[in-house]
Amino acid sequence: MDISFRIRRYNPEAGRTKPYWQEFELNDVEPSHRVLELLHRVKWEQDGTLAFRRSCSSGICGSDAMRINGRNALACKLLARDVGPKIQVEPILGLRVIKDLIVDMEPFLAHYRQVLPWFVNDGPLPADGRERLQAQEDKDLITDSTNCILCAACTTSCPSFWANGEYVGPAAIVQAHRFLFDTRDTGDDARLDALGAPDGVWRCRTIFNCTPACPRGIEVTRAIGEVKLAVRKGATAGIIDPATIKQQH
Amino acid sequence: MQTHQFDALIVGAGGAGLMAALYASQGGAKVAVVSKLYPTRSHTGAALGGIGAALGNHEEDRPEWHMYDTVKGGDYLADQDAVRVLGEEAVDAVIELEHMGLPFDRTSEGRISQRRFGGHTSNFGEKAVRRACHSADRTGHMILQTLYQQCLRNEVRFFDEYQVVDLLLNQGVACGAVAIKLGSGEFHCFNAKATLFATGGWGRVWQVTSNAHSLTGDGAAIVLRRGLPLEDMEFYQFHPTGLYGLGVLLTEGIRGEGGVLLNRHGERFMERYAPTIKDLASRDVVSRSMYLELRDGKGIRGSDYLHLDIRPETVNRYLAEAGETRRIDEDFIARNLAETLEVCRTYAGVDPLQEPMPVQPTAHYAMGGIPTNVNAEVIVDAAGKVMQGLYAAGEVACVSCHGANRLGTNSLVDLVVFGRRGGKRIANFVREAPLIPPPMDAAEEVRAEFERIRNSEGSSRPGELRAQMQSLMMTHVGVFRSADGMRQGRDAVLELRQRFLQDLGIDDRGQVFNTDLMEAWELGCLLDTAVVTAECALAREESRGAHSREDFRERDDANWMVHSLISSQASGLVTEQLELALNHDKSVDRSLEAEDERFAPKERVY
Repeated sequence: MDISFRIRRYNPEAGRTKPYWQEFELNDVEPSHRVLELLHRVKWEQDGTLAFRRSCSSGICGSDAMRINGRNALACKLLARDVGPKIQVEPILGLRVIKDLIVDMEPFLAHYRQVLPWFVNDGPLPADGRERLQAQEDKDLITDSTNCILCAACTTSCPSFWANGEYVGPAAIVQAHRFLFDTRDTGDDARLDALGAPDGVWRCRTIFNCTPACPRGIEVTRAIGEVKLAVRKGATAGIIDPATIKQQH
Repeated sequence: MQTHQFDALIVGAGGAGLMAALYASQGGAKVAVVSKLYPTRSHTGAALGGIGAALGNHEEDRPEWHMYDTVKGGDYLADQDAVRVLGEEAVDAVIELEHMGLPFDRTSEGRISQRRFGGHTSNFGEKAVRRACHSADRTGHMILQTLYQQCLRNEVRFFDEYQVVDLLLNQGVACGAVAIKLGSGEFHCFNAKATLFATGGWGRVWQVTSNAHSLTGDGAAIVLRRGLPLEDMEFYQFHPTGLYGLGVLLTEGIRGEGGVLLNRHGERFMERYAPTIKDLASRDVVSRSMYLELRDGKGIRGSDYLHLDIRPETVNRYLAEAGETRRIDEDFIARNLAETLEVCRTYAGVDPLQEPMPVQPTAHYAMGGIPTNVNAEVIVDAAGKVMQGLYAAGEVACVSCHGANRLGTNSLVDLVVFGRRGGKRIANFVREAPLIPPPMDAAEEVRAEFERIRNSEGSSRPGELRAQMQSLMMTHVGVFRSADGMRQGRDAVLELRQRFLQDLGIDDRGQVFNTDLMEAWELGCLLDTAVVTAECALAREESRGAHSREDFRERDDANWMVHSLISSQASGLVTEQLELALNHDKSVDRSLEAEDERFAPKERVY
């Protein structure tokens, strides 16, 4: 198939101080080719100055989140047959564009760090020197939220985040969920404080953009809902019924 | 040029780098991690099926059985002092990961759940054993996330999207590295008492690979250009089950859970090649068997791929046939192999619950690399002389616990065990060691190379050179090799290297996120790595592990039970001639064999 690409360019260093659209034509594209491969063809065959991030090319590293035909996705997880023959690509919204499809990820990562995204349990370790015990049903409470790859597709699809960049955003809340509902973790108090702050979880207006944006299929809005309940209760116990989680997986 | 001073500089933020950073910082060292990607983008995150450790949570298991499997899997080239450390410390390292919060799947008793994996057996090869500790089929993702989180908690300093492009040496001692800040194009000097390379592999040398675009052999090439040796570069693993056409990895855990490989006749052909553990033979054996099936015209529809079948009816039939009571269903697959289902549905339009998956071997893992001892200290000669201040761990290192072929799950074991050892060693070292200043004009040589590339106006585009190299290496230095083919391949790659030096042309002359420039520089690393690989492969006149010669079909323990060390004698950073020197003076450590004759080399049967 033939593909018409429309790519949002921006490169102040090269004297173009405003973003602009540039069009590229690609012939002999296999329908099974990933959008990422098509971007590489543009870069390698036509214009080496085109800049974008990428690494694994199989949907696990989270480098290449971009807005493709108006919706956030990983370029390596969308195939030409799913989005062609006209493909429009632009950077994710809500973060400063640095060059072409590359945005400043620092504010996003600062929000991530704000929710204290690390496991805390300074209590005594099992006396037998082995692992802590955990039921599979309890582990399943966080299976979905541990799937997050920090690609920012959810956060940058969120109108509340677009309106207020101080809002921690869906990704940070999903990451917090992963620890709040880990039955082994004891760091909830500080995390619930961070999430209950004015730019925490209550900025979410349940618009649901985040859930379809997630390339990992995480039920983002559901996770946010559970975190809201936890913040209101001041604890996580009893909020999720393990039986319903098990069904879901 | 901005200069930063730290006790320890960790280059690369995958599992090995983060493990080293964590333990060095816990030991009191002031640590910087420099990575060309955001840490969570590292390719450790793509490791799927599990991390091996003899926890024995389902059935009896022992570290010495793990060691035996590793030595045998490595076709008796692994250094057994390193294998002993690997087997002994794997258990403890996995328990520590759990204590750091890694969300493993659980047994009915709440312990870490384990599954079968290729080449892992109980009682010295008797039968397959459940040793791979897993978090669904995204174990590497969870290891990477967990380690990054703990590093944040421990206030490790991260320099994200800084790409290391040269190693700093002064008075014969390593004293840091030069990096480019990708967002601005500025050169930065990182001056450190200890420098650890954990830069990963170089799968992008080959056309079909499971590796990320970023795996371009930077660390190996940098070290080579600074005159240090690389070890066992001929040993490169092709993983049996890459998704056809793309090379994206489908975990060995699929076969661990009972999945089988089938040819066009629906025959489970591994029964012929490995009668005892069949589809769970080590990767080199399975990949070769697949090539032989394809060569016999037994590919699916006569094409160059085979089927991998995890459908419950297929798996349960074979489980019943084997007299096993375990059965699987669709829910089990959806829970335990979620990533596999997603990858197949997305990229191949195949639902593994309904039809078999199309697979072909894919370039996956470098057994060779920067030679180190068991403390992750880089060594510079066959006698094991240590290069002060320089360390390496993970895939870029060659300790050599994998020998001629790595077992599945052992890469994750390697990076946590030896990353941890490196971190601890560094913490001790920097307490006493002085900070050696960088040489004058530290970045001048590498800066000149970058200016050459940035301003290049020749007619050879990097993408074109890269594609040609990948195709040549796939054809001539892949699963099966012969002298004629390898010579042809090497010479052609050397020609591409000449074009890279004399006729390169790129488009982007800018400073900010000049990915055109960085990709071209990485191509130079790939070309050097490819040449060295071909050169070492050509010299080894035997078949062992992943190195399979059609003109020397047998393993030759009398002459070739030795490691290869290759280095460049060229006097500049990037020179016209690599002036390679190769020796086979480094012997294999056989300390396990000395204690227990079951570790002695014998014919490898699975």
